[in-house]
Amino acid sequence: MRNPRDFRLIYDRSVPGHRGYRLPACDVPEEPIEALIPGPMARARPPRLPEVAEPEIVRHYIRLSVLNHHVDKAAYPLGSCTMKYNPKVNEDLARIPGLAGLHPMAPVDLCQGLLSLLHRFTVELAEIVGMDTVSLHPAAGAQGEMLGIRLARAYHDARGNKKRTVIIPDSAHGTNPATARMVGYETLELKSRADGRLDIDALREMVTDETAALMVTNPNTLGHFETEIEEAARIVHAVDGLLYMDGANLNAMLGLARPGDMGADLVHINLHKTFSTPHGGGGPGAGPVGVKQRLVPFLPVPTIVERAGRYDLDYDRPQSIGRLHPHVGQVGIILRAMAYMRSLGSEGLARVSRAAIVNANYLMKLIDDDYPVAFPGPCMHEFVVSCSWMKKHGVKNIDVAKRMLDLGVHAPTVSFPLIVPDCLMIEPTESESRASLDSLAEVFRQIAREARETPQVVIDAPHDTPVRRLDEGGAARKLAVRWIPDSASEGA
Amino acid sequence: MPYTGYGSQEEKELLRSIGVERFEDLVTALPESLRLKGPVDVPPGQTELELRRLFNEAALANYDPNLTPSFLGGGLYDHDIPAVVQHMQLRSEFYTAYTPYQPEVAQGTLMTIFEFQSMVCDLTGLDVANASMYDAGSAAAEAALLAAAATGRDRILVAGTLHPHHREILKTYGLPPGLRFVDVGGEEPLRPADLAPHIDGETAALVLQQPNFFGSIESIGPLAEAVHAKGALLIVEADPVALALLAPPGELGADIVVGEGQSLGSPPSYGGPACGLFACTRALIRRLPGRLVAETVDRDGRRGFVLTLQTREQHIRREKATSNICTNNNLVALAFTITLAMLGPAGLKEMASLSLQKAHYLERALAAIPGVKRSPGGPFFREFALTLPRPAGEVIDAIHRDARILAGIDLGRLVPGGSNRLLVAVTEKRTRQEMDLFASALERSLA
Repeated sequence: MRNPRDFRLIYDRSVPGHRGYRLPACDVPEEPIEALIPGPMARARPPRLPEVAEPEIVRHYIRLSVLNHHVDKAAYPLGSCTMKYNPKVNEDLARIPGLAGLHPMAPVDLCQGLLSLLHRFTVELAEIVGMDTVSLHPAAGAQGEMLGIRLARAYHDARGNKKRTVIIPDSAHGTNPATARMVGYETLELKSRADGRLDIDALREMVTDETAALMVTNPNTLGHFETEIEEAARIVHAVDGLLYMDGANLNAMLGLARPGDMGADLVHINLHKTFSTPHGGGGPGAGPVGVKQRLVPFLPVPTIVERAGRYDLDYDRPQSIGRLHPHVGQVGIILRAMAYMRSLGSEGLARVSRAAIVNANYLMKLIDDDYPVAFPGPCMHEFVVSCSWMKKHGVKNIDVAKRMLDLGVHAPTVSFPLIVPDCLMIEPTESESRASLDSLAEVFRQIAREARETPQVVIDAPHDTPVRRLDEGGAARKLAVRWIPDSASEGA
Repeated sequence: MPYTGYGSQEEKELLRSIGVERFEDLVTALPESLRLKGPVDVPPGQTELELRRLFNEAALANYDPNLTPSFLGGGLYDHDIPAVVQHMQLRSEFYTAYTPYQPEVAQGTLMTIFEFQSMVCDLTGLDVANASMYDAGSAAAEAALLAAAATGRDRILVAGTLHPHHREILKTYGLPPGLRFVDVGGEEPLRPADLAPHIDGETAALVLQQPNFFGSIESIGPLAEAVHAKGALLIVEADPVALALLAPPGELGADIVVGEGQSLGSPPSYGGPACGLFACTRALIRRLPGRLVAETVDRDGRRGFVLTLQTREQHIRREKATSNICTNNNLVALAFTITLAMLGPAGLKEMASLSLQKAHYLERALAAIPGVKRSPGGPFFREFALTLPRPAGEVIDAIHRDARILAGIDLGRLVPGGSNRLLVAVTEKRTRQEMDLFASALERSLA
């Protein structure tokens, strides 16, 4: 990975007069632009876009692309992110022009094929998570959370409930408290039990008439199933609170158990995790939300409905919270997820979670001598280990992560969940073969040996990546967040 | 077994290595009461061949976007997409990578985001742009939340000419944390006088759209002055193609510019994934939602790029974060970036000018038909609203049957009393022949 060391931006390749794309001549009579756009409204100077010919543009982006680690290259055991294989056929299917090219404001009678796929996916996804229906609108997991808590709020408002708080375990993703705040609730942090699970007694203490919802990730971020989830649901329901399940870890539960059966009233599903849609270097994802019947009246508009074999968009929903997405959701992502779900079927979906669980336990077994597991016992699809013993050699968890990059695999999630000091969170996913897990384990063991014997190698890592550790503090102080002509350097 | 690393024989070996007999021994934490007793009720697995049939048959039951000239817009536009875009987007290195949290092995993603941010800054005339949001609607909503936090005020003025869907999203995001929304102005471009009765010391921001929902061009400068005079912020939702010809809102006083990036590089995809643009002044950088990439150096002094100011974000700040967002619609932003690189300044200007000229050609042809009138008025870019002598829905259907053309958006559901109104958008892809056909089909549909 040391070469190429070419960190020029597309701007640095600009040559005046070059261009990559041509447009046809105007085939209608033209008027002077000044006659159509009055002076004060018009742009005085053209934007400083790069001027580059097509071959150079392609080489530029190819050069950039090879600087990335990615799932198609090697293992990506990034806990909580479910970096599974992205099936190629899904990309082709979502790009069929008769689907991808449709405009959402076209008459619904001209979009019946697409609407039928979306409608069927809604029904099947609801079945998989054990809910009554699903809203496809949320554009991401975090927006799914926001919709979920917004629906909870609408439910409480409609019932005249005086609710103020959302209870969130200390092992939760940061999106949970951020979401609750965005929807106008206060958050209460529930300390986890000594074994990392929900503290049911503490929950009982904390729940009051003001409890709007409990947000739970199951399996939790330690990779453990919340054994007492049904009791937690009963406690919250007793005050007419709702159980929100964060579906970030749904990849452990396909065909095994369903959030709806556990008492969840709301659940979001990260299609970019469990349903294999590509992460795309940060997005787009999709975060549909499953709901129980009592929340259906509040779903965002429009919903996709079937009436006598014809699909339609239904806006006539007087109790709806309104609109969350400009249209009906991240349709291109939903189509990929549907292709994945259909390719697996019910049996295949169950095999996915089974293999994800077996793989995680196998990898854990291979490395737990060197990487003590934070909360021992069989895990679900991921596990959390501690690197605390390495501190006496001057090695931190982040150093282990960086050294992994040298050795050709991606790092696990570092320092999350927050309740485990010096941790790494490891999720191999079902995509990895035994051979791949064996070599991943060898990478972990090699780094543990190095931490004991030659710690400086780990502390100084990475050595062999396109760049070495970057000055993040300097970046935050300087805040060079855009290209400006004067600062253009030639690259290293 | 598709997409897993092994079959059942190997599973036995793995279980033995783990030290258990059966898979069930690994999931004893699951109460028996919660274990599914049988398969979930979804169709059995299908092969690639069967999946292609399913999806192709569904596509055939829709209109054919390749053979149906479209005049649909309303925020999503049918501009041409260079072939290079899809070829680059389908590089595994881009689309199968995660968020660049380990920058040493993610410089490709980080550098494309930095290029994206730079392009958005230059188009909008602002100093800072983030790595993108979900879509223009949620970007506008996040901008309103930002303005409220920055000013410590809770009232948001919303131009009557803002996209009706985006106005609804503003309320979905803004009402729960206590924002109040006031509609200002009607359908004509907004004037400072429209603000006067509503703007005061409690006003956090004005939100307007450029060009507005009806396609008309707003005069931003005087509105910016009126807003700033009361200590409020100006939020402009701007179209990036239009900004090739229109003055950058940031230079006219906008504090935040949001927008929809879909039309540069991505198909409409029935409304998603799109790409929310979000830019702001330097003064607001620490309140910015979403990801931000900055240039820095590595320990050997070489140029490199990292995510920065992560202390704004949910994974660090939790309930005190500026937003819960932890996505940028990165592949759509990548398409936007590569499209702009392909176009360059000259190409973008040509794309915008062709759209402008053709839209005016079509508007002249359609408005000449008896009973057809453009309303509201004012200078426009590539989109305009028409009032027709009969319901727009019927006209759209008639023109589709007659000429295989999608005439535009029926404003019936979008604007009060809009059932006889049609919103028409024109891009460089439309030919004179298609527009002449549209005009004659409209005339026939009204005869």
